[in-house]
Amino acid sequence: MENVNSGGGHQTPSFDTKPIWRTFWVLLGITLVELTLATIHLKTEFPPKYVLNGIYLILTLAKAFYIIAEFMHLRHELKNLIMSLAFPAMLFIWFLIAFLWDGNSFRNLRNDYDRYHVEQSKTKVQKPAEGKEEPAAKRPGTAE
Amino acid sequence: MAQVIPSGQKWWSGGKSPYNVEYGKLMMWFFLMSDAFTFGAFLISYGHIRFSSNAWPNPNEVFKAFPLMGEMNLPLVFVSLMTFILIMSSVTMVLAVASGHNGDQKAVTKWMILTIIGGLAFLSCQAWEWTHLHGEHAWWGRNPFLNADGTQSSTNFTNFFFTITGFHGFHVFSGVIINIIMLIKNLRGDFARRGHYLMIEKAGLYWHFVDLVWVFVFTCFYLL
Repeated sequence: MENVNSGGGHQTPSFDTKPIWRTFWVLLGITLVELTLATIHLKTEFPPKYVLNGIYLILTLAKAFYIIAEFMHLRHELKNLIMSLAFPAMLFIWFLIAFLWDGNSFRNLRNDYDRYHVEQSKTKVQKPAEGKEEPAAKRPGTAE
Repeated sequence: MAQVIPSGQKWWSGGKSPYNVEYGKLMMWFFLMSDAFTFGAFLISYGHIRFSSNAWPNPNEVFKAFPLMGEMNLPLVFVSLMTFILIMSSVTMVLAVASGHNGDQKAVTKWMILTIIGGLAFLSCQAWEWTHLHGEHAWWGRNPFLNADGTQSSTNFTNFFFTITGFHGFHVFSGVIINIIMLIKNLRGDFARRGHYLMIEKAGLYWHFVDLVWVFVFTCFYLL
């Protein structure tokens, strides 16, 4: 560690390409698993959507981990750097929970107090014919 | 874990670089951190609106087209192709970084060209998808798709889709520009003269970040 100030990242003269390809196959494999699950769900309605969403989120985080750790090489940096990036990123945990919780609460409040909104969101409509009328999104009562 | 650190190392008492990365690379990391929060804010506001809606369009109904396949029902196929292109170009980018580490100027050129081609291919795919959706009357402020349960959908769906994929596409576009600049500098021999290819590494960090964001966009818009 004596040459730390002579320009970073030069301690390892040769760069191993084996983990790159392994990471590529992992990422490709995870994506294929996601697509297979989605296709199975389309055909058979199994597994249930909420189970599937949980699986998707875990697989997405796994992919993110591999991209950051191997492609961006963060796993091979000093722990100081890893922690300086990982700690702020933990804000996302609060960020996600707070805002999704809030959104859910908005939905419940609106369904409780806005009868018109509930009625609107239960009325089935016909798909407008191709290009004939202005897309129906301009109806009153829909959010702009 | 390439680096061996003696136990009891006092990183913050001076005389050592506590991060042991070059300044520009560290700043790139912190820029990407802030950019991650920008994208996070976009995606979480999308999630917030989706959680506050009683119903939402089914992505498999909306994104089912493939170029030259007409009206065939092919959900997920096109976006899988886009994902594959971006992962592949990420791989060629790491290989460029690896060649830079080994000081191999020719190999850097080769992998940078492939990375740029991958980025342009991804942008072309996105251009096609946007054109297709626009042809179906989807755009900011108008949404021709119904909710999955057949009820009237709001324009939130298209607004978020075009804003977030557009912002990501803009990142890909600027990434391609950065990569082209790096390629030109490499061809001029700037890095070879400097003795290191750290600029390629910094461009690579940005490029992988674009791939990283796409992983989340892919899940949020096409799978969930």
